[in-house]
Amino acid sequence: METIIREETTKTPFVKFDGEKGLVEIRGRSIPENAIEFYKPLIDWLDKYAEQPPSKTSVNVKLEYFNTSSSKCILDIFRKFELLHKKGNEVEINWYYEEDDEDMFEAGEDYQSIVHIPFKMIEMEE
Amino acid sequence: MRFDLVKWYNEKLQGNVILKYAGSISSDVIDQLLSEFETKVSDSSDLSKYRKKVYNVLVECLQNLYHHVDEPPVDVSVDEKDKYGAVVLCRDGSFFRISTGNFVKREKLSYIKDRIDQVNALSDQELKDAYRKILGNSEMTEKGGGGLGMLDIVRKTGNKLEYNFFQVDDDYIFFALDVYIS
Repeated sequence: METIIREETTKTPFVKFDGEKGLVEIRGRSIPENAIEFYKPLIDWLDKYAEQPPSKTSVNVKLEYFNTSSSKCILDIFRKFELLHKKGNEVEINWYYEEDDEDMFEAGEDYQSIVHIPFKMIEMEE
Repeated sequence: MRFDLVKWYNEKLQGNVILKYAGSISSDVIDQLLSEFETKVSDSSDLSKYRKKVYNVLVECLQNLYHHVDEPPVDVSVDEKDKYGAVVLCRDGSFFRISTGNFVKREKLSYIKDRIDQVNALSDQELKDAYRKILGNSEMTEKGGGGLGMLDIVRKTGNKLEYNFFQVDDDYIFFALDVYIS
């Protein structure tokens, strides 16, 4: 399966979706005015990925900022992995936050309370 | 007396102004303002402690304008009419204040007012619950936010939203919002 790579821009994150390795990375800032435009192709990719996924998928989310327009799209991504997990695939989400960033910590807790999937909160030193 | 835009704007400039802008709120303008903010932050240790919180709230305020402003009425003289909005970020005593102002059609007044009053009435726990409920259940709106913007601002700042509506003419009002970050 083709790997998606999007380089970071001022308003969108670095993204790497590697279908062979089962590795998904989202890094940086996600503050586009219209998040659906950015995330729709990634969500479509995940539908294809779910047809023949590798045995294990790791999702690493290391966001510096994200806006409310992105928050729903990020949830949509997590929901795709939740489905995969329900079907018996091994999936883990790693949510990174800087040690003094309470808001990013709480955002991780928000997602953890909504999606039922192994969800690790990982504190990073600044 | 008729609403005086210049007077309103000048009043908002009281305090130690970090950013100010009045004109068309385009995607590029949002980029410029955010990058200007980051330059200012790196020059000021006072601001850097609040960097992330102010940045986040500033993004929501600017994008609220981007998505929701109406064009000013024809007889209001401003330089750029398309997506006209005004924003000021300043240090105001022990707070950072983000003030925004924009013209909206009069029929939106009660919707905006009810929405803010509802959000202002919530306790911290209720804000968290409401945010999670909307995030988990609602569909995205065309404009993307799904109604989370105001909730997010109040949740992150821990302060109530302050607002004013000024009558402009029979069809328009000017919506002024003050967000305090402490």
